[in-house]
Amino acid sequence: MLKEDNRKLMLEKAIKDHQYQASALLEILHKAQELYGYLNREILSFVASSLKLPPSHVYGVAAFYNYFRLKQPGEHVVTTCMGTACYVKGAEDIISAVEKEFNVKRGDSTADGKLSIFTTRCIGACAMAPSIVIDDEVVGKATKEIVIEKIKLLLGGKKTETS
Amino acid sequence: MSSKRLNFCWGVKKLKPADIIHLAETELDAHRSYKYRINVCCSSGCIPFGALKVLKAFEEAVKEFGVQKECKVARTGCIGTCSVGPAVMVEPGDYLYQSVTPEKARQIVRDHVVLGLPVKEMLYGNKAYFEKQHRLVMKNAGKIDPYRIEDYIAAGGYSALVKCLLRMSPKEVIDEVWLSGLRGRGGAGFKTGQKWTFVARAHRSPKYIVANLDEGDPGVFANRTLAEADPHAIIEGMLIAAYATEANKGYIYIRAEYPLAVETLKKALDRARAMNLVGQNILETNFSFDIELRLGAGAFVAGEETAILASVEGNRANPRPRPPYPAASGLWKSPTLIDNVETLANIPQIISHGGLWFSKIGSPTCTGTKCFSLTGKVKNPGLIEIPMGITLREVIFDIGGGPPDNKKFKAVLVGGPSGGCLPETMLDLPIDYESLTKAGAIMGSGGIVVIDEDSCMVDTAKFFIDFCVDESCGKCTPCRVGLHKIQETYTRIMDGEGKPEDLDFLRSISSYIQDASLCGLGQTAPNPVLTTLRYFGKEYNEHIVDKKCVAGKCSFKHQVKEDEL
Repeated sequence: MLKEDNRKLMLEKAIKDHQYQASALLEILHKAQELYGYLNREILSFVASSLKLPPSHVYGVAAFYNYFRLKQPGEHVVTTCMGTACYVKGAEDIISAVEKEFNVKRGDSTADGKLSIFTTRCIGACAMAPSIVIDDEVVGKATKEIVIEKIKLLLGGKKTETS
Repeated sequence: MSSKRLNFCWGVKKLKPADIIHLAETELDAHRSYKYRINVCCSSGCIPFGALKVLKAFEEAVKEFGVQKECKVARTGCIGTCSVGPAVMVEPGDYLYQSVTPEKARQIVRDHVVLGLPVKEMLYGNKAYFEKQHRLVMKNAGKIDPYRIEDYIAAGGYSALVKCLLRMSPKEVIDEVWLSGLRGRGGAGFKTGQKWTFVARAHRSPKYIVANLDEGDPGVFANRTLAEADPHAIIEGMLIAAYATEANKGYIYIRAEYPLAVETLKKALDRARAMNLVGQNILETNFSFDIELRLGAGAFVAGEETAILASVEGNRANPRPRPPYPAASGLWKSPTLIDNVETLANIPQIISHGGLWFSKIGSPTCTGTKCFSLTGKVKNPGLIEIPMGITLREVIFDIGGGPPDNKKFKAVLVGGPSGGCLPETMLDLPIDYESLTKAGAIMGSGGIVVIDEDSCMVDTAKFFIDFCVDESCGKCTPCRVGLHKIQETYTRIMDGEGKPEDLDFLRSISSYIQDASLCGLGQTAPNPVLTTLRYFGKEYNEHIVDKKCVAGKCSFKHQVKEDEL
């Protein structure tokens, strides 16, 4: 069961605002992800019962779209744009270097849950490719050195060198 | 929120047709009272470079120098030079400043506005970038404040809607669109007039309109920029389409990855609703039409016309067979018109200036202009709008300035992951639907990505196949399994285990996938494979026979092991 708290109240309100229409499922999942950060089993079951949809359908929709996260992300999220422009300009090298440096695979979090690395198809900031989103900040014309430096600063790591 | 409550909150009165003209005049008078207007580009391309800080700095500097009464600072959409952001345009005279910082902002106000001396060393010097462009859809971009409906009305906005409501019958509107020769800007290039006729002829209600802003192609941001810079053009286009086809309800389907565009459209819709331009009895006439936003959630296939319908209905974005076409049976089995937002944004101008005027722009078979995001290895990446029919060479070298650092041009990818890679010899190809399709590429939603000698064509083709493998919805076996087989073959070639017969296999399986897939994703997914095989066959042979990659991208890891043994 979903815990009774403000987030649940707000989700209920969003569902009510959409008049319990099944067609608003995507909107409601967006709202739920905004509130909880990801979509777990309890949230999906709650949405399914509220909209009177089979849980399998709700899970199917949530799993189909890339934007919905079914696993809890880490404290800090680094998203590498893997659009064509960024790829041509070396996004792959950057993410490989980050994976190696912090010992984490793309789509996953570090063991201590501090850092998650994701790739996304295109954030549309192609003119300053390659672009990386670190938490909410977009880093344009990124290089692996800059990105690793920024992540280290974020994690408060001792390894950070002064640049 | 109901429109009544909004009216109450904001004190906006319900507009009538004549009020639009009146409002435009008042607003223009207000504009004229300023001697200078500083347009600060605050689109997604410039904000990460600090555009919002620059905007604030301009506002403060104007106050500091006491020139509030003669200088207006406006937050606008994309000016087009995304590579030198934040970009700032000072009117009159269209002085374009590049890479503006808060400190430079103060200098611009002091020198340009107060002393009347443009700061020459900060001006954007590349005139060629704009020379070959033709701004039609993006004519307001970078000039108006997208959050102010009054700005749009002052620029002639909503006058086309008034013209339709007062003086034209739905049939006359469709005739005008027919005459313009406008074709769908989403990629397939279907005649818009014909599509509208199909929907208008369907005598069933309710009828729906879906505006497609699911710009899923990686490396493309033309539609996003349009929505951020001129949201009301899309809304007005939809309203006119609704009037012509007698539709009742519209949805704008937009990617959730575009938060600024979503916010801009949301605010624009609220404003339009409050001013009686969207909703019941628009401008106190019998015409009613409501528009809702629907957020996508990151599925490339959702841009396909039947998949988008499934997604708007709240389901997985699986395409379905056609016929029945959406014009006969679309959303909730009702007649539905699906148009790309760029197509819709063309409509107000076609109605204002006439279809004949529009048909003279561009090439005879492809009229009008097309917005492209020009990215990759070019000196001047950015958002461009060109008349149809100019050549790829003009776009890449004259507007884009060619590859930077004296690198050699290698290929251009037109039309996103399902487009094609064209070599130097094809650069004199005019940009129109037929020529591009003949060369093996597609128009797509408007992406041109230039690659230079540093990229390996085998690796590039695999990048697109990886994308399509991820994005295939899994419904049709040829697309789901076939693309996987292609991916495996590429991995083998790049690891150094390629065999000469692999090339024939790639060709044959690609044609199976094209023939046997239901939707556009599968039908076009093998395009990068086929075009790279066709134009860069030599590189494949080098990979397979000599185990060599000229760009040094491929590891040939299995080959290395054998050598070591």
